[in-house]
Amino acid sequence: MVETGHFALVLAFALSLVQALVPLFGARINSQKMMAVGGPVAVTGFALTALSFAALATAYATSDFSVANVWDNSHSLQPLIYKITGTWGNHEGSMLLWVLILSFFGALVAAFGSNLPATLRANVLAVQGAIGATFLLFILATSNPFARLNPAPIEGRDLNPILQDLGLAIHPPLLYLGYVGFSICFSFSVAALIEGRIDASWARWVRPWTLVAWMFLTGGIAMGSYWAYYELGWGGFWFWDPVENASFMPWLAGTALLHSAIVMEKRSALKIWTLLLAILTFSLSLLGTFLVRSGVLTSVHAFATDPTRGVFILCILTLFIGGSLALFAFRASRLTAGGLFHPISREGALVLNNLFLTTATATVLIGTLYPLVVEAVSADKISVGAPFFNLTFGPLMVPLLVAVPFGPLLAWKRGDIFAVAQRLMAAFAAALLAVLVTALFIDGSSVFAALGVGLAFWLICGALTDIAVKSGLGSVAPGVMLSRFAGLPRSVFGTALAHLGLGLTTLGIVGTLCFGTEKILSMRAGETVQLSGHTLRFEGLYPAQGPNYSEDRGRFALLGADGSTTAVITSSKRSYPVRQMTTTESGIKTIGFSQLYLSLGDEATDGSVVVRLWWKPLVTLIWGGALVMMAGAAMSLMDRRLRVGAPSRRRRSAGAMPSASLP
Amino acid sequence: MTRKQRRLSVIAGGLAFLGAATGLTFYALGQKASYFYMPADLTTASLQPGQRIRLGGLVEKGTIERGQGTTVAFSVTDNQKQVKVTYTGILPDLFREEQGVITEGIFRPDGVFVADSVLAKHDENYMPKEVADGLKSRGVWQESKK
Repeated sequence: MVETGHFALVLAFALSLVQALVPLFGARINSQKMMAVGGPVAVTGFALTALSFAALATAYATSDFSVANVWDNSHSLQPLIYKITGTWGNHEGSMLLWVLILSFFGALVAAFGSNLPATLRANVLAVQGAIGATFLLFILATSNPFARLNPAPIEGRDLNPILQDLGLAIHPPLLYLGYVGFSICFSFSVAALIEGRIDASWARWVRPWTLVAWMFLTGGIAMGSYWAYYELGWGGFWFWDPVENASFMPWLAGTALLHSAIVMEKRSALKIWTLLLAILTFSLSLLGTFLVRSGVLTSVHAFATDPTRGVFILCILTLFIGGSLALFAFRASRLTAGGLFHPISREGALVLNNLFLTTATATVLIGTLYPLVVEAVSADKISVGAPFFNLTFGPLMVPLLVAVPFGPLLAWKRGDIFAVAQRLMAAFAAALLAVLVTALFIDGSSVFAALGVGLAFWLICGALTDIAVKSGLGSVAPGVMLSRFAGLPRSVFGTALAHLGLGLTTLGIVGTLCFGTEKILSMRAGETVQLSGHTLRFEGLYPAQGPNYSEDRGRFALLGADGSTTAVITSSKRSYPVRQMTTTESGIKTIGFSQLYLSLGDEATDGSVVVRLWWKPLVTLIWGGALVMMAGAAMSLMDRRLRVGAPSRRRRSAGAMPSASLP
Repeated sequence: MTRKQRRLSVIAGGLAFLGAATGLTFYALGQKASYFYMPADLTTASLQPGQRIRLGGLVEKGTIERGQGTTVAFSVTDNQKQVKVTYTGILPDLFREEQGVITEGIFRPDGVFVADSVLAKHDENYMPKEVADGLKSRGVWQESKK
């Protein structure tokens, strides 16, 4: 089975070469036969990669320690779920997952792209095949997951205990679906550059793929953030760690792409810019893969490092980023620009969005790469952390967030900012009220905190205003309004939901950062501690035994007003004997949208235990908001207009018209 | 305004924005980037009072003192010089004697380094990269320390 997997991977590599070359050549000499090769080859390549992945997963599930990769990252006592997720909890397996998802997207284009122009389809599949070929070569040459050990060890070395968590089942697949999903946008852009033209079907295709990739990337980042939050025991949700930035940069650029693609689709303006942005977004995904996988950074994501891998990925990076940008430089002038617009208009607002988002991406990029550059040119080792990003990223985000509610309400081509401001009066009043209530009743010590809460409410109420105005609130009878509401295109709801989610995430961040409290103390069994109105009693440490670890569980009782126990929170110190590693499992109790978070430290000689506890108000909204953003993307995808492959049979419904033209 | 003027003003506005963002970025890099030192580097480094740095090395054997409750003191060494560090909070799970560690904070006037964060390695195979490189360049790296 293992050799079958290896063989399937070699075959997939050979097929990806065919996929990269034959349709490309066919498109040049206009041979229908050669162009038609792309589709079946892409599907077969996906099937082979899937077979290969299944072979590795089976080796993991059955604890076949004759495979070096399994031996290094698994143990027979691990629960089955961690045996399976361990397949991608290591360098080789995670690269295989990367390629699997890449070929999956290629197969999707092949399967659903029958209504694309033949040459475009052929070129897209060829570019997709070329990316696949390089990464398959990378795996086969430097990161073979199927290498055997002889004689086979009896027992494995266990998966890194930090990774023995449900998060590993969700975070990497979602993140890769996002990262790699942008490869489709990239392939479409490069294909358009090869052909030297962008037609209507191009924009209709790229927008939904961007939405899909963006949706998964949002989920992947949010899941990674939550995982780090509860697993590392530091109580933080974002560390501005280079590895986090590596996934955040494609997200920022992808968000910009999502917005510029709207302009391109509706108004056929910003074509060249959208194309460039699509290239840049996937380039940042590749850069992220390089940063995480090459070992230039120290992090939990950098599995065993090997310099040849870094050099190899750097070559891939140069080939694709350099190649596509060079192609862009040569061919972009051939593409015609279109669609003029006034600066104050929906297009103008979306350009503003792009300006801020790409600048923010650039600051994150500089902050992430600067230490590497400094270390390369001088011997100094520096680190750029949260203080830098708070100073640069923060000021860039605030004006953008203030502008968000205006965008969807502005008319295309030429908008009336005063009319829009009038419509947003209610949202503004709500935001002002939130500022006052926060300052007067909750905590008046920080002006910024109150303004932050106001900003979040501004976003939330702005999103609701968007829906209300477009349904005709205040200008038509309730019955008409209801039918208008029902008739609004799904993409309008999608926009409003995504912006609402952004508001919720903002509220969560402001709540946690500005109103959170924290205590570090040493406790003995029976002692109580107060934190932000909650009383906790430490009940003591109890030993327990897990399948492949032993642990000391610290039990804490959350006491009600009458002194009775309302909930029990446990935080434990686990020790994994195989890797001789201890981990801390934090104890979390969700109360409303807020959380009580505690983590156990070392036991002192006198029997007391260091305990660190946090009260994190509204913290769950950070990830809840991300889920709402994902729902917004899913809603937009269901819009008939965007349905992949659906020819635009139905005209746009009345609700899609700019709001300013409504009576 | 003519169309040309309008376009020019938009471009000028965009450039001014980018200029401001670039300025802010480089100002922030100068202010907020924190340098990495090992104990022996400190004799030659010129530190401003109150400057945040990252101090890395090995946790010296037998120096971990757990004081009253939550404050821990230990020495960080690169086998040439050592620096006393205090930290209030929970140490990482993989914090051990003679293991690599990176602490971040500022020096107190009396020469004790007050750390507000302590990072150890992520798993048992690796030492923080900066520490490993630093030890290698001093020739005190031992493969067994891995």
